Amino acid sequence: MSSQLVSKVDVDLPDAPSITAQRPYLRWVGMAVGLLVVLALPFFIYPPVAMDIAAWALFAISVDLLLGYTGLLSFGHAAFWGTSAYTTGLIAIHAGLPFPVAVLGGAVCAMILAVPTGYLAVRRTGIYFAMVTLAFAQMVYFIANQWRSVTGGENGLQGVPKNLGPLTDLINQDPFYFYYAALPLILIGVVIAWRTVNSPFGRVLVAIRDNPARARALGYDVERYKIMVFVISAGLAGLAGGVFSASHGFASLQELIWTTSGKVVLITVLGGIGTLWGGPVGAALVVLLEDRLASSGFNGIGIITGAIFVIIVLAFRHGIWGTARNGIGSWLRSRRRAREDA
Amino acid sequence: MPTEASPKASGSAGRAASALLETRDLTKEFRGFRAVSDVSLRVVEGTVHALVGPNGAGKTTLFNLLTGFLTPTSGEVLLAGRDVTGMQPEQIAHLGIARSFQITSLFDQMSVVDHVELALASPTGLGYRFWRSSSAMKQFRPRAMELLDEVGLTDRSGAAAGSLAYGQKRALELALALALDPKLLLLDEPTAGMGLEDVDRTIALVKKVAAGRTVVFVDHNMHVVGSLADTVTVLQSGQVLAEGTYEEVRNDDKVITAYLGQAGDQHV
Repeated sequence: MSSQLVSKVDVDLPDAPSITAQRPYLRWVGMAVGLLVVLALPFFIYPPVAMDIAAWALFAISVDLLLGYTGLLSFGHAAFWGTSAYTTGLIAIHAGLPFPVAVLGGAVCAMILAVPTGYLAVRRTGIYFAMVTLAFAQMVYFIANQWRSVTGGENGLQGVPKNLGPLTDLINQDPFYFYYAALPLILIGVVIAWRTVNSPFGRVLVAIRDNPARARALGYDVERYKIMVFVISAGLAGLAGGVFSASHGFASLQELIWTTSGKVVLITVLGGIGTLWGGPVGAALVVLLEDRLASSGFNGIGIITGAIFVIIVLAFRHGIWGTARNGIGSWLRSRRRAREDA
Repeated sequence: MPTEASPKASGSAGRAASALLETRDLTKEFRGFRAVSDVSLRVVEGTVHALVGPNGAGKTTLFNLLTGFLTPTSGEVLLAGRDVTGMQPEQIAHLGIARSFQITSLFDQMSVVDHVELALASPTGLGYRFWRSSSAMKQFRPRAMELLDEVGLTDRSGAAAGSLAYGQKRALELALALALDPKLLLLDEPTAGMGLEDVDRTIALVKKVAAGRTVVFVDHNMHVVGSLADTVTVLQSGQVLAEGTYEEVRNDDKVITAYLGQAGDQHV
């Protein structure tokens, strides 16, 4: 019991008031710009890579929902991304359903898996929470590795089809069109995340993050809220993982391995936690960097991304987006002050 | 003998008066150390009950036992005759016990009015609605502003709680406790660290909110205890040392010895 009084991940949060609080219209401008960038992305970036960025962005947002908004560090989110990747593949292969249906099926499976995981994990906090999630993820990895008849074991699940009724030929010919066919699934996930953090539920989450004991004294069932947000987060990770496997046409053990859980936490922290924008920024950086390094034939990708991670965490406490936001905010404030003085 | 008979004090005198809160042989051990030892307490409905005692007497531990933040090693906690021992803090909050914390415990980045709205929303279940806009919380704004007015924080309603002055934070704590409309209000050192002026204002405030409620509070300031309490329980080393009206315990030999040590004997 007493452990609940000293319980939270020590997350670094932006301390300046957000820019959008001062200028509400900036929120809508930001969303419009974000949507334009997302729509224009495959014109500038090789479409499968653009798809990867979108999937990892939603994956990172799902982690941020826990880390940035609830103060929970999940170190096993690959379980939900990977479970959905495999389930999406299995539904698409064996039932031949359109890929969005398969992806939604995968996301539902990820949420079902999240119920027992969350139920056990939220009883612990801090590093112990992370360890319980990691343990579950390792279990899922082990099952996927051993259950060869269903998952293909080390070979993974090959030949995941992209069906979409009359559009099937179009999206299979050119990944450019597949990007636009799959993007709505990612955007639905982003809207769910946005709605969640800007709801009464989101208010309670932030209260739990900042002071769980106080939230309980106000009558909020902290563990129940944590389970709920954990399941929502798993659903978003599942949406992202399903799109990822449909896009690549296979699901492999890579989707379930613990380094994938680590990578998504890294992306989230790089981008900046507690902002929702941070995940997409971090995902774009890491996916593009890995793509450039891989195509140049460089083998030590981890060294480069690791070094960048260390530098950004040391130099920008709030991640890329958090730092940029605070910077723009203080610039706007100083400009207003200058105007008022004049 | 109590010189001035307050209407509430007469209630506490009669054993027949109903106890809103009762503990029976409540004990809490931490690795063999008995922080609270066989405490049997009766808090009569409608009274203001003070818990006093030197540091380490077990007052805050007792509060944590009453509000479910700690589970007792043995003994029972009864609220209006109902056994609430071992219940979770959020369940106890829903039964009508609200508490303030000794060390100010707020959500630093949340605005003052958002705090009160959050407390008001708690019993409604609105917090689970992740599909609704957070503007739904605004339905509680009129009541929140009333409560802030009651504790004198109206002009700070938009400020982040972290930016409040110390006395204002304590006032917000009180507003949060009141927002839960509790039957029983537990205040852990409501005047700790306050200047004289704030202390008097807090006394007036507690008096105001105590009307129609039962209040249990811990405080070191004897002026506060004397002005507010109908009944005073003195704790020492986790045990009840004395109980009675303020006048009674103040003249109790055991209490004088506990507070002043041997010095009390030498000077008498």
